[in-house]
Amino acid sequence: MNKQIVKLFAFIVVLFGVLVGFTAYWSVFDAKALKEKTENARPLIRQQQIERGRILTADGVVIAKSVPRGPKGERTYVRTYPEGALYGHPIGYSFVKYGDVEFEQFHNDTLVGEESEFASILDEITGATQEGNDIVTNIDSEAQAIALAELEAAGFGAVVAIEPKSGRVRVMASNAPYDPMELPERIDEWNQDEIETPLLDRAAQGRYPPGSTFKVVTAAAALEEGKITPETAIAAPSPLIVETQPLSNDFDTSYPPVTLDYALTNSINTWFAQVGEDVGSDAMFEQMRRFGFGSKPPIDLPEEQVLPSGVYDAEADRLLSPGDPIDVGRVAIGQERLAVTPLQMAMVAAAIANKGKLMKPQIWSRVVDPDGRTVESLDPSEYSEATSAETAADLTTAMEGVVNEGTGTNAAISGVAVAGKTGTAETPGNKACGGGEDENQAWFIGFAPADDPQIAIAASVECTPEFGGDVAAPIFRDVAESLLEDE
Amino acid sequence: MTSARNRELVALVPVALLLTAGFAAVFAQEEARVGNTSLIYGAYFLAICLATHIYLRIRLPNADPYLFPLVALLTAFGLVMIYRIDDALARDQANWFVLGLILFALTIQFLRDYEVLERYRYTIAAVGLLLLLAPRLPGIGQQVNGAYLGVDVGPIAFQPAEFSKIAIVIFLASYLRENREVLIVGARRILGVTLPPLKHFGPMLVVWGASMFMLVFIRDLGSSLMFFAAFLALLYVATGRFSFVVIGMAMFSAGAWFITNTVPHVNDRVEIWLDPYIDAPGTGYQILQSIFAQADGGLFGKGFGQALLQIPDDGGTLLPAAQTDLIYSLIVNEVGLFGACGLVAIYLLIAARGFKIALLASDGFSKLLATGLTAVFSIQAFVIIGGVTRVIPLTGVTLPFVSYGGSSIVANFVLLALLLLISDRARREAAEPGGRDTAFGRL
Repeated sequence: MNKQIVKLFAFIVVLFGVLVGFTAYWSVFDAKALKEKTENARPLIRQQQIERGRILTADGVVIAKSVPRGPKGERTYVRTYPEGALYGHPIGYSFVKYGDVEFEQFHNDTLVGEESEFASILDEITGATQEGNDIVTNIDSEAQAIALAELEAAGFGAVVAIEPKSGRVRVMASNAPYDPMELPERIDEWNQDEIETPLLDRAAQGRYPPGSTFKVVTAAAALEEGKITPETAIAAPSPLIVETQPLSNDFDTSYPPVTLDYALTNSINTWFAQVGEDVGSDAMFEQMRRFGFGSKPPIDLPEEQVLPSGVYDAEADRLLSPGDPIDVGRVAIGQERLAVTPLQMAMVAAAIANKGKLMKPQIWSRVVDPDGRTVESLDPSEYSEATSAETAADLTTAMEGVVNEGTGTNAAISGVAVAGKTGTAETPGNKACGGGEDENQAWFIGFAPADDPQIAIAASVECTPEFGGDVAAPIFRDVAESLLEDE
Repeated sequence: MTSARNRELVALVPVALLLTAGFAAVFAQEEARVGNTSLIYGAYFLAICLATHIYLRIRLPNADPYLFPLVALLTAFGLVMIYRIDDALARDQANWFVLGLILFALTIQFLRDYEVLERYRYTIAAVGLLLLLAPRLPGIGQQVNGAYLGVDVGPIAFQPAEFSKIAIVIFLASYLRENREVLIVGARRILGVTLPPLKHFGPMLVVWGASMFMLVFIRDLGSSLMFFAAFLALLYVATGRFSFVVIGMAMFSAGAWFITNTVPHVNDRVEIWLDPYIDAPGTGYQILQSIFAQADGGLFGKGFGQALLQIPDDGGTLLPAAQTDLIYSLIVNEVGLFGACGLVAIYLLIAARGFKIALLASDGFSKLLATGLTAVFSIQAFVIIGGVTRVIPLTGVTLPFVSYGGSSIVANFVLLALLLLISDRARREAAEPGGRDTAFGRL
């Protein structure tokens, strides 16, 4: 019988080997997939037990923090947002039940102090508990408040302010806003609200016709291609037949040969349409690409919550690319099917302000560990060479004219040279506005001081009967003024 | 052979250390209850183990030196885990540990000549079967999760299957000792398959019938599987005929398949085993949480006291039956894959020692009894660990010496006592001058 006993033992060894194999499969090899199962509540509960780091503005205002609940041992943390709706965008929220969005989601690992398993073991031995890091953003609390308040007075829209030299995002406001603290009670209502869409970050996800602000991009393409110089004079009749359809200037004014400065200052449609057709589709797409159009802006927000800008085919739900048929004359004046985000237009302004160099826009500035040490700081990096320094200088001169004597005088700041461009796209029947006939998308993009730019801003207001120079330029001015005061 | 007992004594030291360290770790987690109690618990445990050791020194000086320390290690481990869930439960468990040791001592005291069991084998078999039936008897039976597992007589509630497994192993060992020759010699080859003689086929059918009966009436898939597997193991060892095992397995599979398709409770268990996500919040909850807990543990575990047992907001149960069925999942959660490997290794060592006793024993009954007891013990561990790791459908069997439960602890100590009794005799005979040679050297 002894032989059989030994064989039986061997069989038991095999059985137990299977047990170890299965345990290894669940606990190690398949663990990651299991932790992502919606039925698995453990990762969320674990997250609740970690004191998530705070999020602060550049000037030290606490945007988000975690407050402890329950007795020690069973302590959990809940996220609170002391500033309410002011930073709903772009900071987002982080709740166990509703998940994470926007900045909170993008920087999740840093905020929870994510560690390797070996580091956790070390914590275990030393008795340390996992703690999150604080993140200081580049956002200026005062300017953010001004931007949101003025947007709320003007209409739905967004304001994005970027420091041109570094790409630091100083303001990112979206109206309608939402207060993350009210999310649990109102999330369904907000999700169903197709007019206000408070959960939509209009700055990074709202795409609108850019109107005449896009003439800056056209001018950049023409200068870069050598199609024009600042001295090139072109006549601008009205109407002008562009792609078989007549195109008119404001008040149907025809202009004798004028240069770039004059054309931009007075936002002459047929001047830019001709220049655009001269530049051609391929060069126009190339210039757009260099400004960042066609891909998602490299900002520190989750990819699925940032939209790329460009010529948008709504039916196919895709952005057109070089080779696709477009009416380049109308693209040149910001019409056609152009759909751009306020963030993208702020990047255009910032690139010109930074001598043609487009820096990566970033909301975060530095990471501070629980002991108060700065463990990581933003290292500004160039994203793209949008234009040559020369082109940027020419554009700046022309854009100064817009603010000094053209459509953008409302953006002027006393004692500071301002460069900018207005835009007013007619959006009759826009469903988001309730379908009215007299609705515009009003824009202003610009930067200041023109000779040493500290701040570049795009302000966009939707569903307004007013013009960009009347409704968006003042927002630019007030936000820029607030930010320049800090300097 | 006092050296065997000396080795046992030394082996007990790490057990006490582990227990103390475990309690200390749980205390450190729950600062509200911090104190030097962990040391006191460790000391008590060590004292009880010492007393048992001295008793063994007197009564069974030659018995296997490692079995008791290994079992003490499992018990210590179980106590720490249960203490971590609920200290009141741990106190119960500690009392049962003591009760188990008392029965352990009584078994050794009164069953020194354990051959006497052979004489009463039919009585023992009848008692075993009666115990199995008891949960279905009106008035004393209890239904838990659709299975009839418990008996409730006045103040005493227990799970008879834990005791009945010993009774049935005793019967089988005795029956097969007597009939193994006939089973081998009388076997006929029919269509290339070796079949046992018809006359002796009867008892096999009876055991098969009993297993099926358990499935249908007790609805206890786990115990049924455990019993039948132990029976096949014994049949194989007694006859050396692998074909008998194949036939037995085919019979069990056919029966189990039929019952799975007719008894809803068993059917549910199997369906949930195949795909727990079909009813994640309901019948699939337990097995899913078991697996999620293991995933939470990872390679090294979250540490003692760190597993999540409750949902913080509403106090709902995150790990159901953590102290009984799912204690292995909790162990993986807290001490990780490494800790779990250690635990499985302890069971494997116990199995190794048990089978070694069987190898060493000189008479057929001792051999078969040691084999059967070891097999049923190992398979029980496999059935519950396999259940919570989704190797087989999850059933309500305890993890021997680790799970919370008086019946389990007490019954398994009786099982251990029998093993040590066989061991003591076998080793004494082997060591006697002029005694028979052993191929296994000094054990």
